[in-house]
Amino acid sequence: MSDTHAEAARAITFVRTEMLPEQDPPASTIGIIGWGRTNLFSSIGNSILTVIALIFIGYVLSGLLPWLFQSVWNAESLNECREIMNATWGDTHGHACWGVVKERWLQLLYGFYPDNLYWRVNLAFVLTLVAMAPVLFAEQMPRKMLILTALYPFLMPWLLWGGAIWGPIVTALGFVIGYFAYKILEPLAGSLVAIIAAVVLPVIWWFGLAGPISEALTDLLPIGIEAVQSRKFGGFMLAILLGIVAIGCSLPIGIVLALGRQSDLLLVKAICVGFIEFIRGVPLITLLFVASLLLNLFLPPGTNFDIILRVMIMMTLFAAAYMAEVIRGGLAALPKGQYEGADSLGLNYWQAQRLIIMPQALKISIPGIVSTFIGIFKDTTLVSIIGLFDVIGLSNAIRADTAWNGIYWELFAFIAFLFFIVCFSMSRYSMYLERKLQTGHK
Amino acid sequence: MTALTDPSRASFRLSMLIYDTRYRSFTIQVVALLGFMLFGAWLISNTITNLQTLGKPIQFGFLLEPAQYDINQRLLDYNNRDTHLRAAFIGLTNTLLVAFLGCIAATIIGVFVGVLRLSKNWLVAKIMTVYVEIFRNVPVLLWIVLAMAVLIESLPSPRDFRGEDPEASMALFDTVAITNRGVYIPEPLFSRSLGDVHLFGASPLRMDISLDLLAIVLVIIGSIFAIKKVNARATAIQNSTGLRPTTWHLNLGIFFVPLIVLLIALGFHLGYPALKGFNFQGGTHLRNSLTALWLALSLYTAAFIAEIVRAGILAISHGQTEAAGALGLRPKRIMSLVVLPQALRVIIPPLISNYLNLTKNSSLAIAVGYMDITGTLGGITMNQTGRELESVLMLMLAYLIISLTISAVMNWYNSRVKLVER
Repeated sequence: MSDTHAEAARAITFVRTEMLPEQDPPASTIGIIGWGRTNLFSSIGNSILTVIALIFIGYVLSGLLPWLFQSVWNAESLNECREIMNATWGDTHGHACWGVVKERWLQLLYGFYPDNLYWRVNLAFVLTLVAMAPVLFAEQMPRKMLILTALYPFLMPWLLWGGAIWGPIVTALGFVIGYFAYKILEPLAGSLVAIIAAVVLPVIWWFGLAGPISEALTDLLPIGIEAVQSRKFGGFMLAILLGIVAIGCSLPIGIVLALGRQSDLLLVKAICVGFIEFIRGVPLITLLFVASLLLNLFLPPGTNFDIILRVMIMMTLFAAAYMAEVIRGGLAALPKGQYEGADSLGLNYWQAQRLIIMPQALKISIPGIVSTFIGIFKDTTLVSIIGLFDVIGLSNAIRADTAWNGIYWELFAFIAFLFFIVCFSMSRYSMYLERKLQTGHK
Repeated sequence: MTALTDPSRASFRLSMLIYDTRYRSFTIQVVALLGFMLFGAWLISNTITNLQTLGKPIQFGFLLEPAQYDINQRLLDYNNRDTHLRAAFIGLTNTLLVAFLGCIAATIIGVFVGVLRLSKNWLVAKIMTVYVEIFRNVPVLLWIVLAMAVLIESLPSPRDFRGEDPEASMALFDTVAITNRGVYIPEPLFSRSLGDVHLFGASPLRMDISLDLLAIVLVIIGSIFAIKKVNARATAIQNSTGLRPTTWHLNLGIFFVPLIVLLIALGFHLGYPALKGFNFQGGTHLRNSLTALWLALSLYTAAFIAEIVRAGILAISHGQTEAAGALGLRPKRIMSLVVLPQALRVIIPPLISNYLNLTKNSSLAIAVGYMDITGTLGGITMNQTGRELESVLMLMLAYLIISLTISAVMNWYNSRVKLVER
């Protein structure tokens, strides 16, 4: 019986007792082929697009690659470049002459800054990175580094312009005076008097006493480094310098303007709105005209201060107006409950702004803030129109040289490369920051 | 008891101006106003003193003196005996011209690139990303001078078009000549022209408006109006019977028949550019400065517009598309009835602010010698007359008026399409 049972069972059914081994997915859906099928050739239209795109890429690269790599690096002039090209490849078209960049790259970077003092510019630049690090990467860096960040605004101009060390020290003393005036007077006479004193005393110090005192100290102890005049500044260094100052100063001014625009105080609001709309309504070039031609007219007779400083002022005001609008967007995007919550905790206006509103509003507006930074950094090139020798101004000057008369593409490519590196890294940093600060659910 | 609960009717003390919240905002505003007015007065008094020392009080009389310089690319008639004011006005029309052309081109390229960036085709999406990143991260001034250099250096000169076997030939069936001295395109001519109408007499704002152009615009507006009527009627029929009559052939007829009849009546024909002597004659001459500025500004702004379009489309949640699909709408209708109206609400405000940026960036025309208002009023006029303050003030005023007009339009649009939430 049992035998027949077993036989019958064997004859009728087949029961698998173990799992089959996993099979590989079809070859056409994985690896490079599968990727290509889904991303490049998923439909007829898509395939046509891919082919067109490939032809386009091929066309661009076939022109660009020989130009970039079959190029002349060692030449003193454009004519020499062309002779070498003719000798090597038989034609002068489609080959870059990087000789100009090799010969002039220092000038494109530093302008007419004395070449034995390049280390000062480099040091200032490194100092910039060091001073920015604790702000940009707050978690990875020790807090102590913030001391250097605080000293940076005084060190950087001193390194670049040179002169006696007493100027920056006396200027910094103004802030120390303000700080101590507040600390000492606050318990004695109340916060209002202390704040007024903390503002008025440093102003008296800067405008009345700082000049004579620093001169006296310089006569007494002439410690300093060689001074460099503003007209020697130029090249990419000028763009970075203007960019750093405009970016650094525009953020706090922008925050104040944005708060003023949101304020309930009608007059304050009107002044802020008027300022912002005026600056945003005119092109930067007209403000630079003001800097180069008119700013001296607005100041007391006899004032004559540096063109670079004037440009810095106008660019800062320009950037601040845009920054104010970006931050206002962040403030407006904040739910009303946040303001009410801060009020119900009994925080006063400034406490609420500092602890609750601003951290959130600034976080929301990071993309806008960074794109304003990028915009203002690109706009520093406009100073070439009012006669400063930034990179574009220098490229014109180089072309005016008989040796390099008629060279365009190599210089433009180099300049574009410089700007691209800086702006692209800024935009990537903003993406990193957005991800890092993302606390909500997506 | 009452003495404790009643608010004290103490007399007003000076310190209440600061410590009493009822008066504090008032105090702050008065202080701010005083400070602002003092600052303004200080600036103005400085300016007046300085101008007196320089011996040039503020006067606008220079605007009525002859300008004595030429403007080669212009829409209205002008010669160097005209006044500075006329030159500034010509500059203003040139600014508006390049801004108008630039906005149109930038929108077309931007929408194209923005949509392609979302393409399922990886290669196309990447190419568009590269375009956007390259153009966004390099200063517009560099693009402008680069475009100018490309036009001057790499295009054939008019003499290359000469001879039996010319090195260069005209594009688009021999109608467009692209040379390093500019682009020559066919110009519309009317053999039975209606003539011009002269506006504003001999004032600096005088302009000749072609009646032919006016007639064409009027006919087109009329046709569009009629098409709207036809569509409204079709909708009414659809609402009552459920069937929509076919209207597209009627609409095509309404649009094209009157236009073609008008063009034939006016004797419309094209004047082609032709090589005469050392240069091309006939046709409309777009100078390199205009083309370079137009090209650079539109490519640069298009990179920003592409990002706006992309963000706008991504902002519409997928649920909207699916819900529309669940209602039985077909993909084309989903796009036109559900996605686009919502995306446009996100896209249009930043789009307009980019138009504004393009208009302001057109002031960089001065770098390539295009005579816009910065080149005339803020350039040659200012240098010739030495009236920096007056020129820069007028220049700023002109741009402010343009900007505020555009912002007013934007605010009007925003308030019109604002989502009314619960």
